[in-house]
Amino acid sequence: MRIWLPPVLLTALLCALSAGMPVLEPLFQWVQPDKQNVIYERESFLFLLQNHLMLVVISALVGTVAAVAGGIFATRPSGRDFLPLVSQIASIGQTFPPVAVLALAVPVLGFGEAPILVALILYGLLPILRNTLAGLEGVDATVRQAALGMGMSSFQVLLQVELPLAGRVILAGIRTSVTINIATAAIGSTIGARTLGDPVIAGLVNGNTAYVLQGAILIGLLALTVDSLFEAAERVWDRRFLPQTAG
Amino acid sequence: MIELKNVTRRFGDAVAVDRINLTVESGEVCVLVGSSGCGKSTTLRMINQLLPHSEGEILVDGKDVTAMNPEQLRLNMGYVIQGTGLFPHWTVARNIAMVPQLLKWPRERIDERVHELLTLLDLDPATHANKYPQQLSGGQAQRVGVARALAANPNILLMDEPFGALDAITRENLQLEMLRIQSQLRKTTVFVTHDIDEALRLATRIAVMDRGRIIQHDTPENILRRPASDFVENLVGKQDRGLKLMSLRTVRDLMQSYPQPRQPEPGADGLKEADSLRVALSIMLWQNWNQVPVFNADGEETGTITRERIIREGA
Repeated sequence: MRIWLPPVLLTALLCALSAGMPVLEPLFQWVQPDKQNVIYERESFLFLLQNHLMLVVISALVGTVAAVAGGIFATRPSGRDFLPLVSQIASIGQTFPPVAVLALAVPVLGFGEAPILVALILYGLLPILRNTLAGLEGVDATVRQAALGMGMSSFQVLLQVELPLAGRVILAGIRTSVTINIATAAIGSTIGARTLGDPVIAGLVNGNTAYVLQGAILIGLLALTVDSLFEAAERVWDRRFLPQTAG
Repeated sequence: MIELKNVTRRFGDAVAVDRINLTVESGEVCVLVGSSGCGKSTTLRMINQLLPHSEGEILVDGKDVTAMNPEQLRLNMGYVIQGTGLFPHWTVARNIAMVPQLLKWPRERIDERVHELLTLLDLDPATHANKYPQQLSGGQAQRVGVARALAANPNILLMDEPFGALDAITRENLQLEMLRIQSQLRKTTVFVTHDIDEALRLATRIAVMDRGRIIQHDTPENILRRPASDFVENLVGKQDRGLKLMSLRTVRDLMQSYPQPRQPEPGADGLKEADSLRVALSIMLWQNWNQVPVFNADGEETGTITRERIIREGA
């Protein structure tokens, strides 16, 4: 399967780099000659990677369920009145800077993983919701009319016709949301969540560029890996549902 | 049988369909014809309850449609619309299999039925079954649309301007196809169109609609001979009414039959029994023939027809 080659290679590179960062010590020594300690050692990179990924996955799952459900609701005849309200709520989630969400959430939820999860979920909603609305609204009206007219129930039309046709666009929304949140999750390190932002923050505090680089490289690589995973998933989707257009 | 009794449909304050009465007998093709916005599509969609009616009664085979589950009602009615509404993510075979699948037919029976319908609509199952709708021409896609509507063998067929978006040649082919299929299957059909020629060709009875009302409901011949109002007269076209009447009848009606069909001479020119008198006259004028042999569908010579007789008795 050639489709899956790039994500597999990137995943291997990401794991190898997380586990074997000390191998690159001479390189970082050259970047930061004035420091004794150039490899971040307070926590293993593998643990930080795992925790970072977990935060992103949980927020993506919750965000996807909420946004897709909201999008479906707002495009049903009974929920159509709420369409403007639903898009507004999602837009507000996007205009709130994640840092502000953290500042507001910490007094309520305390330090740690919970406030950053809230911020990630809110922040990730809009791209998914916007694409869910666009995807469902984009389904050809004659197709929906034919499906109903031939005797499908509204629920069957949704499951068998609308979601398969809109799914490609929804998937693209999830991809955008997740990629953004991989970068945003690093902010969680400022309030005690353990993420790949830890070395970046520590490096900034101590003036150690090597730490900053290590965190940034891993975050960037994680974003690339996940993005290529979605790329592959979209290709598989095309083969499954739109085989005539897949090259 | 479909009966509409005093049916009205309002959209807000606007009255789209105004107290219409219409009876479509079993096996009949009723064509609703009129200009855009006259309420013909609204009427059709009230029959399968895609639009609920505001007042009146709609009976299908004697049963009130509002008392039935709408999905059950629609599963027993084939539905064909302009632009086909085929599902782009499903193959032709799966599109046709849609209603049988909803009715939970066994797999083998569905496959058999799809094969049978593709053949009936003159599509080769081997080449077309696994194509996607986007890979078909407009005419082929609408054939699939008709096959999908016929799949579970419904008694009733609702067709909403099905051939409206097709070019003239494809449209004519599909109309002829439809006549052929209808002569085999005898579905109770309600067909909506704005094309009076299409209506005259396909209908057993035509309902002419204007501003939400039925102006005249009669056979094509009576609509042409005795239009109920100026509106109907203008719709059918005053000038070429004679030719339109001719197109309702076939060569078979006016030919002199031989007692026995004969083998024709090789290369002999002539007309077919199923040709309309209009086509026959046109060919005879162009070729300057006064009398020509007539052939049946098997290519045997079964009689002759004269230009004089067509002109005297054709309209």
